[in-house]
Amino acid sequence: MLQDGIILEGLAVGAAGTTGGEICFNTGMTGYQEIFTDPSYYGQVIVTTVAHVGNYGVKQGETESNRVQFSGLICNKMATVQSRRDADNTLNGYLAAAGITGISEIDTRYLVRHIRDKGAMNVVISTISGAPAFLQAELDKLPDMLNLELSTKVTTPEPYDLPRTDTDQSAGEQSFRVAVLDYGVKKGILENMQARGMDLRVFPATTTYQELDEWKPNGYFLSNGPGDPAVMDYAIDTVKEILAHDRPLFGICLGHQLLALAAGLHTYKMHNGHRGINHPVKNLITGKGEITSQNHGFAVSAAGIEALDGVELTHINLNDQTVEGMRLTNKPAFSVQHHPESNPGPHDSRYLFDQFRELMAAHS
Amino acid sequence: MPRDISIKSVLIIGSGPIVIGQACEFDYAGSQAARSLRDEGIEVILINSNPATIMTDPITADHVYLLPLEKKSIKHILEQHQIDAVLPTMGGQTALNLAIDCEKAGLWAKYNIRMIGVDIKAIETTEDRELFRQKMLELNVGVCKGRTAKSFLEGKEIAQEIGFPLVIRPSFTLGGSGGGFVNTAEEFPEALTRGLHASPTHEVLVEQSILGWKEYELELLRDAAGNVIIICSIENFDPMGIHTGDSITVAPAQTLPDTIYQQMRDLAIKMMNGIGNFAGGCNVQFSVSPFDDSIIGIEINPRVSRSSALASKATGYPIAKIAAKLAIGYHLDELQNQITKTTSAYFEPALDYVIVKIPRWNFDKFKGADRTLGLQMKSVGEVMGIGRNFQEALQKACQSLEIKRNGLGADGRELTNKDAILKSLANPSWNRLFHIYDALKLGISLKTVEKITKIDRWFLTQIEELIQLEHTIQQHTLSTMPRSLLMEAKQKGYADRQIAHLLGVLESEVFARRQDEGINRVFKMVDTCSAEFEAKTPYFYSSFGSENESIVTDKPKVIVLGSGPNRIGQGIEFDYSCVHGVLAAKECGYETIMINCNPETVSTDFNTADKLYFEPVFWEHIYDIILHENPVGVIVQLGGQTALKLAEKLERYGIKILGTSFQALDLAEDRGAFSTLLKEMGIPYPKFGTINTSDEAIELARELGFPLLVRPSYVLGGQSMKIVINEDELESQVIQIFQDLPDNKVLLDHFLENAIEAEADALCDGEDVYIIGIMEHIEPAGIHSGDSYAVLPPFDLSEDIIRQITDITKRVAVALRTVGLLNIQFAIKEGVVYVIEANPRASRTVPFICKAYREPYVNYATKLMLGAAKIKDFDFKPHQQGYAIKVPVFSFNKFTGVNKELGPEMKSTGEAIYFIDDLQDDYFQQVYAERNLYLSR
Repeated sequence: MLQDGIILEGLAVGAAGTTGGEICFNTGMTGYQEIFTDPSYYGQVIVTTVAHVGNYGVKQGETESNRVQFSGLICNKMATVQSRRDADNTLNGYLAAAGITGISEIDTRYLVRHIRDKGAMNVVISTISGAPAFLQAELDKLPDMLNLELSTKVTTPEPYDLPRTDTDQSAGEQSFRVAVLDYGVKKGILENMQARGMDLRVFPATTTYQELDEWKPNGYFLSNGPGDPAVMDYAIDTVKEILAHDRPLFGICLGHQLLALAAGLHTYKMHNGHRGINHPVKNLITGKGEITSQNHGFAVSAAGIEALDGVELTHINLNDQTVEGMRLTNKPAFSVQHHPESNPGPHDSRYLFDQFRELMAAHS
Repeated sequence: MPRDISIKSVLIIGSGPIVIGQACEFDYAGSQAARSLRDEGIEVILINSNPATIMTDPITADHVYLLPLEKKSIKHILEQHQIDAVLPTMGGQTALNLAIDCEKAGLWAKYNIRMIGVDIKAIETTEDRELFRQKMLELNVGVCKGRTAKSFLEGKEIAQEIGFPLVIRPSFTLGGSGGGFVNTAEEFPEALTRGLHASPTHEVLVEQSILGWKEYELELLRDAAGNVIIICSIENFDPMGIHTGDSITVAPAQTLPDTIYQQMRDLAIKMMNGIGNFAGGCNVQFSVSPFDDSIIGIEINPRVSRSSALASKATGYPIAKIAAKLAIGYHLDELQNQITKTTSAYFEPALDYVIVKIPRWNFDKFKGADRTLGLQMKSVGEVMGIGRNFQEALQKACQSLEIKRNGLGADGRELTNKDAILKSLANPSWNRLFHIYDALKLGISLKTVEKITKIDRWFLTQIEELIQLEHTIQQHTLSTMPRSLLMEAKQKGYADRQIAHLLGVLESEVFARRQDEGINRVFKMVDTCSAEFEAKTPYFYSSFGSENESIVTDKPKVIVLGSGPNRIGQGIEFDYSCVHGVLAAKECGYETIMINCNPETVSTDFNTADKLYFEPVFWEHIYDIILHENPVGVIVQLGGQTALKLAEKLERYGIKILGTSFQALDLAEDRGAFSTLLKEMGIPYPKFGTINTSDEAIELARELGFPLLVRPSYVLGGQSMKIVINEDELESQVIQIFQDLPDNKVLLDHFLENAIEAEADALCDGEDVYIIGIMEHIEPAGIHSGDSYAVLPPFDLSEDIIRQITDITKRVAVALRTVGLLNIQFAIKEGVVYVIEANPRASRTVPFICKAYREPYVNYATKLMLGAAKIKDFDFKPHQQGYAIKVPVFSFNKFTGVNKELGPEMKSTGEAIYFIDDLQDDYFQQVYAERNLYLSR
């Protein structure tokens, strides 16, 4: 049941039960396991637009965190067998084991068109059928994503270390210590930094600048994560401190929004958000394009960037001209809205991790 | 960077006549490219020898040259025009090869012409197997073990090194001619010899076999700034071992995890960047190990291909159109998504449906051909089914094939002999898909099928689920069947006829139940973006979901029925006619609706008609579209026999057929009734009779006298037609026909030996008749008209004969109350003109005449059908100069051991046009001298 009263019936998948959250759609045709374990999807119900989901099963090592993070799945067709011989489980079995409720045999295209027009809203999925009053009551319990802080629900409770792996050929000799602020970080991001000669310490979301600084990092990283950045004062304060100390800083997705807020820009909740692995972004510095992986329901407002001294727009979305990346002209800080680590998605933007390393090299 | 303004005129090279491996997908590509360039104000000069193409129309290009694709012709064109650049990537391998020839001869340099969309180095790297291998090794892309052999001895040495099984791939060949798998040392010498001969440079690559690995294709576009996007991923249902043109393919890839897909994407980009620096389209083929996901690069084609046509139709992203823009300097981020019109062309389409392509074969035309599928492409056409899930797309593709099946299974035509099934699974031919279904239905385990076929279990499970569904359905009667079950069957693509078969009821009863339950087709849009953005382009497919997106306007509408998959006897000519029908109806103010299922065509370009329904040309789908759209009428005359056949049902359901009435169509098609008509009119025709048994046949033969032409009634392209000279031959042919085509009557015609054949095409408005052209065949009667050299106008018919032909054509056209087009075939013997048959529709020769005389006859015909004009309204001004010869083109070289033998059954796959000034022309003289060479019976 959708917030605007529409009820659709389908076939239950995953675990029996009732779940809910903000409904969003992802247009990626591959990479469901990565998406479902991405902490940025915490509290959201995902409509997968691809006709079939689950075809290649699930496999250890293709996760973006240690657990399934999203709240529920709405799909057209759920696979009954997995094609990969070395898969650990079917997607259906995996979701059931994780206690995630979903629904298949839904005209997802209709649903996408509906929410495309009406905008983001909440939804409830339940294996209890024929009980609209119950569904309505469950819907009423759901919070509005606007003004909702969620990072503290998905962040690491304690700091932990990840050493460099140098799996990328560009790794080089030099080592860099990067303090990662975990607002719901994806493994893929960590792995991409580790691969490029970076030793990481991952800190809980609410860690202060002073606590971070004690570790003497060469650079700071602001991770992706769920929720509305505008209400994350604790994080914005930390970012302001990092900037005040002229420390090298890189932010992705939520981290990008936090940098924008710290720099004096605004963020807003989008009508639908960008979720998929085919979004065109143009790098305004090089003039080159990149096909990117995206997942965001909030964005940085373009208004004000030009007026604001010290902020330069570096990337834009070619479909709707929204802000995809920026850098501060008088500070060693830059950020992007899309996901250069991909997972899932194209690898076109991974050069940004190299840029971060170069930035640290220039400031050490 | 915006477009390069120094390019003011571009030469596009076409792909020539249709042969196996190179079909009308290049007409689609060439037409799109030409339109795309003209939109930029660029003058387009086009060369192609194939008259049945849209690309060679004055509507497509500024200057069209219908000349043989050879250096001489290019030189001629370059002397006539100031040309800035040549675009050779739209005409398949033929165009690339010609471009290389001209490059080597220094032609481009001499006339200061730039080659755009490709570079020569890239072509050479990709076509020479050894250069390709070296390049892949250099780029660190996985390749099979193997080396190129230039001699027999060298080949044997390599085989010894890598062991068996291995594969032989000749260099520089089309559609993999002469290649093949070799499993044992015994088979090797013969295969090696064949391969060395097939290659024009006598080089073959001897390579490790990766038979049974998963096979994928990616379609790429790159601009001059180095931006690369992947338009579509295509997965082969049939694993490695079957040419991709002969494989059932699925898009998007269904069984690839993101990790492997992205690796493949990276490799594809690296490969494209590695072979050369050019802006345009590219196709890359990969193989993936089902055991450890390792990826091997199979080949790369730096041009628009059959797969890119499929990808364009599958995604809604017009690859050729955009590739042309990139070739003249545009960057991807400067171009618009052609479907949404609001977002960027720089993106990768996301699909929320599945497409299944199934090739269409014509083995029955190549007696003695090896029907096993392998590295050499053998199919002559293809269909694409679009559905909201794989099963629906698969069933729709099967319904599109026109092989007398109602879909995959559930039509009483299943094979139940276990040994035969297992044999077919191991030796794939055109029917393997059907036999996989039969195997699972018979209870052969999925594991066994997987082991034999190596087809991914996800696909096989999809088919198994269909069988389970059928079992469930069969536990019910139509009245006890729950709504949800009927809905499920429809969502899985079952036709009403299939459900009716399972329940033992009539199709109409299933339809009625469906109506009662409100289970109706809805139409979904192909929008490139999974509905993320609003799309403006009306390109639809049907499904059974909850929302219909095809909004019906209140404008008067006309539906044009397409001709389905290409096959011998019905090919690109009908696509040409359909496109012109659509354009003419548009001119007359109608909203035009196209229905067709052939992804290679221009008619299924979403820019052709006002609305495109990419659907099977199958009654149920058509009827549902008609119910939805409520058109003024339906045009059946332009889509060949496929569309014409549907006239009866349209009539029965009270739907208006535009142009010639059903009664007249039926009269012309019904041999008996038509002959009675001729008799009443005093028009000669060969003596004939109809028989139901071989005894009757012999009796009738004694009355008619040998030689006799034996044929089933209602067939296409002379299928199963044969000339017999004695009773033994007659008997065996009659038995053969009853076996192959049960429920068919057999016709015996007295065969007019050594007669001259001629044919006429005419326009008629019911009263007045205008003959658009009379053609005389160079070969004597007995060779199918499609396989004959035809000369327009006749070259040695007397005035009296021509007067008789004219007179008969006019009288028959009026007697049939023809409104639109009519084709009549004649045999001329001893001064008498006999009518052999009449086709009340656009014939194969209409595009040829249009091109030779430079007149838009299909446009006129459509206006007649719509009642928008009469014959007297047209100002006919045929460009008559010298003669035009229609040259039949064959694909016999794709089948080893099959000889070129011609008879009453059509075998050519394509045609070319050749203009001569007079009958002293060397080419004509030679053809004329050889006119009896290939006649068999």
